[in-house]
Amino acid sequence: MELLIPPAAAEPLFHVGSFPITNAMVNGWIAVVFFVVVAFVASRRKGLVPKGVQNLIEGTIEFMLTETQKVTGDAKRAKQFLPIVGTIFLFILFSNWLGLLPGTGSIGVWALHEGSVELIPLLRPAASDLNLTLAMALFAVITSHIIGLAAVGPINHISKFVNLRGILRSLKHGPMAILVAVIEFAVGLLEIVSEMAKVLSLSLRLFGNIFAGEVLLTVMLGIFAYALPIPFLFLELLVGAIQATVFAMLTLAYLTVATQEHGHEEEATAQA
Amino acid sequence: MDAETLIPLAKAIAIGVGALGPGIGIGLIGAKAMEAIGRNPEAAGKVFVPMLLSLAFAEAIAIYALVVSFTL
Repeated sequence: MELLIPPAAAEPLFHVGSFPITNAMVNGWIAVVFFVVVAFVASRRKGLVPKGVQNLIEGTIEFMLTETQKVTGDAKRAKQFLPIVGTIFLFILFSNWLGLLPGTGSIGVWALHEGSVELIPLLRPAASDLNLTLAMALFAVITSHIIGLAAVGPINHISKFVNLRGILRSLKHGPMAILVAVIEFAVGLLEIVSEMAKVLSLSLRLFGNIFAGEVLLTVMLGIFAYALPIPFLFLELLVGAIQATVFAMLTLAYLTVATQEHGHEEEATAQA
Repeated sequence: MDAETLIPLAKAIAIGVGALGPGIGIGLIGAKAMEAIGRNPEAAGKVFVPMLLSLAFAEAIAIYALVVSFTL
């Protein structure tokens, strides 16, 4: 009885040139195609009184807009951030739940993979590939920096991390103020480390949850395949929704903090 | 006592010790949330979402330990 626990790295199904297409990538693209189709269908029929699919989509967007506004506090910023945060939330939610469909992780081909003959599944949850979660985390953090640069100006933004302006301003206020300014300079440098920790924690949190869920379901199916996985499937539904919420809320918090002047950051993280 | 025999032990210790702290943390978060709801049952809806967020953050630490144990 071989242990068919999926490997941590997503298995490539085929290559386009020298670029491997992995099974998690296939799931990701299914999610993308789904959302593109939904977007086209939703934008075609524009009745003034919405019903059916349009009603559902409008309700979803309105709900996300009100939740976003609770964190940003500012309606204009909420509308600016909604496409980014809403897309992240819906994409992660849909691809997590898509990974629970029967056949994902179980239907595959027996092929040689890294030395031994293993079952290579044709489908695998998109977020169980660290490449996808790392890409999304990098996108979220870099976008927050770009929007922060555009919103408060480059000098203000860079002063949050390399606070030379604070030292220069404190030079005329006496030695105590200079000491405080030097300490704040060191804190600013630590913030740069904290930005990298943000990328790592965002990506590893989503990857770890979804990949561990995949391993858990595989192990439960291996123990007793008929009724035992049911509570774990419900757990994975819940985990998928929670992780999508956490990723989107954290991205929103980073965006909000980046667009605020120095000194008001505590309010945004308290509201999130 | 070579690398091959130590790797499973390292995996076990990584996730075993790594799940202690988050386990206690999640318990504390849940306990405080229960306390808050018990004092003010109408605020249950307002307490629920921040509690879920805190739970996800605490669980993330355990997930880091799990990822380390997977990659060993």
